[in-house]
Amino acid sequence: MTKPTNTTSHEATIADELALNPDHHEHHEHHIPKGMMRWVLTTNHKDIGTLYLWFAFIMFLVGGAMAMVIRAELFQPGLQIVQPNFFNQMTTVHGLIMVFGAVMPAFTGLANWLIPMMIGAPDMALPRMNNWSFWILPFAFAILLGSLFMEGGGPAFGWTFYAPLSTTYSNDSTGLFVFSVHIMGISSIMGAINVIVTIFNMRAPGMTWMKMPLFVWTWLITAFLLIAVMPVLAGAVTMVLTDKFFGTSFFDAAGGGDPVMFQHIFWFFGHPEVYIMILPAFGIISQIVPTFARKPLFGYASMVYATASIALLSFVVWAHHMFTTGMPVYMEMFFMFATMLISVPTGVKVFNWVATMWRGSMTFEVPMMFALAFIVLFTIGGLSGLMLAITPVDFQYHDTYFVVAHFHYVLVTGAIFSIMAAVYYWLPKWTGRMFNITLAKWHFWCSLVSVNVLFFPMHFVGLAGMPRRIPDYSLQFADFNQWISIGGFAFGLSQLIFLALVIQACRKQGEPVSDRVWDGAHGLEWEIPSPAPYHTFETPPVVK
Amino acid sequence: MSGRASNQNMVIRLVVIVVGMFGFGFALVPLYDVFCDVAGINGKTATTAAVYQPNQIDKSRLITVEFLTRTNTGMPWEFQARTKRLKVHPGELTTVEFYVRNPMRTNYIAQAIPSVSPGEAAIFLNKTECFCFNQQPLAAGDEAVMPMSFYVDPQIPADISYFTVQYTLYDVTARADTLDTKDNPYLKRTSATP
Repeated sequence: MTKPTNTTSHEATIADELALNPDHHEHHEHHIPKGMMRWVLTTNHKDIGTLYLWFAFIMFLVGGAMAMVIRAELFQPGLQIVQPNFFNQMTTVHGLIMVFGAVMPAFTGLANWLIPMMIGAPDMALPRMNNWSFWILPFAFAILLGSLFMEGGGPAFGWTFYAPLSTTYSNDSTGLFVFSVHIMGISSIMGAINVIVTIFNMRAPGMTWMKMPLFVWTWLITAFLLIAVMPVLAGAVTMVLTDKFFGTSFFDAAGGGDPVMFQHIFWFFGHPEVYIMILPAFGIISQIVPTFARKPLFGYASMVYATASIALLSFVVWAHHMFTTGMPVYMEMFFMFATMLISVPTGVKVFNWVATMWRGSMTFEVPMMFALAFIVLFTIGGLSGLMLAITPVDFQYHDTYFVVAHFHYVLVTGAIFSIMAAVYYWLPKWTGRMFNITLAKWHFWCSLVSVNVLFFPMHFVGLAGMPRRIPDYSLQFADFNQWISIGGFAFGLSQLIFLALVIQACRKQGEPVSDRVWDGAHGLEWEIPSPAPYHTFETPPVVK
Repeated sequence: MSGRASNQNMVIRLVVIVVGMFGFGFALVPLYDVFCDVAGINGKTATTAAVYQPNQIDKSRLITVEFLTRTNTGMPWEFQARTKRLKVHPGELTTVEFYVRNPMRTNYIAQAIPSVSPGEAAIFLNKTECFCFNQQPLAAGDEAVMPMSFYVDPQIPADISYFTVQYTLYDVTARADTLDTKDNPYLKRTSATP
């Protein structure tokens, strides 16, 4: 049993491995540490990637269970199952968990697994920090979930924690909320630093910038967004903390502060944050579509530049979340047009994916099915986003279910579908076995149908004026809400198929796969054996 | 290759960015005020008295000014504008009065915070005297009539013909510097206290 080393450099890991196992290419399994402590002490990028992905999946199910409570309460008008205060806690914690506990850790897990394999590096640049950045996460979410059991309940002010809801009108569990967000922020910042250093310093010889796979590119840009805005979020929660407990007046008008300023600071973080949750998805789709269209990606360079422009624009559009706060018209115009401008680079991406498929020899394996669903459904979410960007109509849509429909299309059928596509695409490489294709197709079709039953009618009830974050609604919304809830329950149950499939795959059931797995796949990760050995690219490959 | 050294260099640089951005989050607080001040877009009025310059009255225009009052949650005072709405010529000095009463059995100290909407009008509202410039103490049961004198800057854009001034009264008793309730210049003693 190998003990993890004290050094943080990858050279040491390789040296240890070579010393202990000279014939390491044949007998990888023998020196993988066994038992629980392997996972606690690991500095291996693949182990940490696996930990992140399982953690994200568990959080996805926990946050999903909260969504089920929300949909059960909204199945009928009136109050049936939960009290408004608990309902508010469910909407708040559902949002926090899905954003910080499911989507972001899942992308970080994919980054850990894939970036070293894609750029020909033996591990992440800072493996010990990598271990830390994962292992503080469960504590953050234990604190957040634990606060639900405090007297008066957990956070109930929405995941956006607007002041004064989170300062004057919140209960004492707000302190726990603030600390858990601090820990989540530190974790993502450490993860981002690791990604940046790895990509800058550890690319294999010949892996020039413009040869990097798009997943690596999009993650690099995402990592820069993370280190730029997660500290601002940390500042915002700190101000809430001191306003609430230490008598400062950042957001209290009586003391000279300004509650609207909270929204500016929050959304200065919040808007780049939504791109943090979608840029890696663009990278994943840009890996999958060329594989199953059997053509190189159309417009590689334009994809890179489009990603960078989306990231830059994301810093100057934040106030479109707050059109109704009484901004002057010229500022509303600025934020409206800046927001609409983002649809240009996003459109470049969508058209590039379509052009990649154009006259390709397309096949429809499960990852491709999810990728295609992503392209169509994410575009629907993008178009409703364009509608929301139009200031005058936003006054009608603001805080209605139309907004809920919009961001669930971009986050569930966007980010989550891309993560599922990624899992189906790379899972055979990770386990060395083909997953259960029948189950996977059931998962795809059940998810596809139910997710649209769930989120599409939200557009209609939103346009008709149903407000978000309220446990009750007017009678005329009853029929649509029953459909939405049925879709919600079906989507929730469909994810149990996915759970069963992933457990099967992790137990190494299924047909062994070849090294390349998919015949159209290109990239360094497909050159190594399946399953991917515990250590890869100890000798850097040469990229031509 | 000096892999570890260059990793360390990079980590240091990235940590500097992180710390800098954390500081930037806090720097947004003063920056926000400065920006709103310069652009005059936040509906906030000046916190010190303006000096009235007569003979600039623009008789050709009439601006409607509306006064709203509200008390913040947990603030038990009565608070009313004696004048709900009036029309003024730009440049004309006008005084309006606000009535407050502390119906409680304890002394309170209040702070009024004005907000103008549309926000662009705020920098054209010049107050030569306002109860909002100071904290207002009232003993139990006391009432007061508080004046506010203002003129509208004749430079006010032509498209603003109507604006609203809202005063929100906050209870600042807990955090106020101790003010003697007898110091209140606007006091109208009607309570039991002689």
